[in-house]
Amino acid sequence: MSLNKSDIDKIAWLARLSISEEDTPNYLHDVSNILDLVETMNTVDTENIEPLAHPLEITARLREDKVTETDQREHFQKIAPAVDNGHYLVPKVIE
Amino acid sequence: MHKKTIKELSSALQNKEFSSEELVSFYLHRCELHNADLNCFISLMPETAIKQAKSADKKIQNGNATPLTGIPLAHKDIFCTNGTKTTCGSKMLDNFIAPYDATVVTRLNKAGMVTLGKTNMDEFAMGSTSETSFYGAVKNPWDIDRVPGGSSGGSAAAVAAKLAPVATGTDTGGSIRQPASLCGITGLKPTYGRVSRYGMIAYASSLDQGGPITQTAEDAAIMLNAMAGFDERDSTSAEKAVEDYTKNLNESLDGLTIGLPKQYFGGQLDASIESVIQAGVKELENLGAHVKEIELPNSELSIPAYYVIALAECSSNLARFDGVRFGHRCDDPKDLTDLYLRSRAEGFGKEVKRRIITGTYVLSAGYYDAYYLKAQKLRRLIRDDFRKALEDVDVIIGPTAPQVAFKLNEFIDDPISMYLSDIYTVSVNLAGLPAISVPAGFANELPVGMQIIGNYFAESRLLNIAHRFQQATDWHQRSPEGFE
Repeated sequence: MSLNKSDIDKIAWLARLSISEEDTPNYLHDVSNILDLVETMNTVDTENIEPLAHPLEITARLREDKVTETDQREHFQKIAPAVDNGHYLVPKVIE
Repeated sequence: MHKKTIKELSSALQNKEFSSEELVSFYLHRCELHNADLNCFISLMPETAIKQAKSADKKIQNGNATPLTGIPLAHKDIFCTNGTKTTCGSKMLDNFIAPYDATVVTRLNKAGMVTLGKTNMDEFAMGSTSETSFYGAVKNPWDIDRVPGGSSGGSAAAVAAKLAPVATGTDTGGSIRQPASLCGITGLKPTYGRVSRYGMIAYASSLDQGGPITQTAEDAAIMLNAMAGFDERDSTSAEKAVEDYTKNLNESLDGLTIGLPKQYFGGQLDASIESVIQAGVKELENLGAHVKEIELPNSELSIPAYYVIALAECSSNLARFDGVRFGHRCDDPKDLTDLYLRSRAEGFGKEVKRRIITGTYVLSAGYYDAYYLKAQKLRRLIRDDFRKALEDVDVIIGPTAPQVAFKLNEFIDDPISMYLSDIYTVSVNLAGLPAISVPAGFANELPVGMQIIGNYFAESRLLNIAHRFQQATDWHQRSPEGFE
């Protein structure tokens, strides 16, 4: 699997991770090696095999539609980096 | 006191040989004495521990004790503990005070256990050496120049050095069993869904499973009795009733059929490890078991399938760390994008970033089918191999890890070699089966674990076999020098 530097930049952007110019070659090297490792998957024909998402193939259970969680906004916002008036603060999004 | 199993500690507490407060103070002292050498704890919790011990003593006094009341334990720092720092080994969560308890923590608190502290681990459980932690590498008590395995390396090192009589761990691709093997102790990964994942910081949700790390199989059974059970807060929790895992510990092994997978022996397996496992199997034959050679034809594919699935799920799970609601936030972000990019770049370590990037790639448009879907198809083949094998045999036995504990820094810049060392453990997670690692001997003076894999929800049988093995051998009673 051959990746190039701009692939790494693109993936890092999708993952919202900033990667420095000097680290990019390392990630390129490591990620390419991992993709080479997983390449052996293609030695097996899986044409008519169904993908398996849950080892026991159990489907999500349903429950009655009733309120189970109480409002704990203040409790949870105590650990937030920046809040104001019950809202999480982020840099200005709309000019 | 530290030489006792939790079974023995429990009767000593009931018989008033010592109080829980005395026991807990003793262990806290041992932790303070040895933690600098081993780095197995991220946080010690002396104040809350003493408070919990006092309340346990009251329960014992009043005759309201369970078999676990007043027994100290260490929690892997992946389990949320209300009001206490829960880091998952990451700078990202260095300032995170968990606002609630994980179900495992709630259950063990309810049973009356006392939390000594939170153990060190690979960052976000991503690693097989416990070296990727933001808080530095954990050392193996058998040789402090070596790793304890990972990712539950802090829990394993703490139990091996007897800084805690028992600890919790989590196992996504071997993270309970492999460190148990490398540290000479017992580690059980239950069936997927048996122990609740609620409040257990997610790595790869379709593989993650919590379990006990103990000195003996009997202790693991006592712990699992308290840890296992349906939890409506975990969407994949098994609705199956929990049995008493201590009930069948002494059952005879007469007529037990053990499968030895052809693919697990020879090849890359170190010869000295192979002979330890063969001797362990012989011991079980002496106890009445029969052996049969079996095939797990797709074993080799478990590493690629596992790494695609685990990395894909990790990239999705770790998207929640955004610097907005909790965890690390960069200074002076210039806009929202900058806030995400830099908070995540500063908060995550190298191995975590490597896995997020690879996971993002395999899930990205145009590659999903070739990687993630392909891996899920292989996952079915791997699971079907186990299913078929377990129609003919009761359990499957092999090594837990292909080598003994490696030197610190040996794999730090060679992730691929580290990934390949997970060969015997990851397939069990892909299949969702239960498995236990028990000490079976030594190679180059370092402990070797034997892995016993069972059918779905056959924890009771695994514990029975492990217990009978430990009644006949004394490998699990060996202690590393300096920690006797």
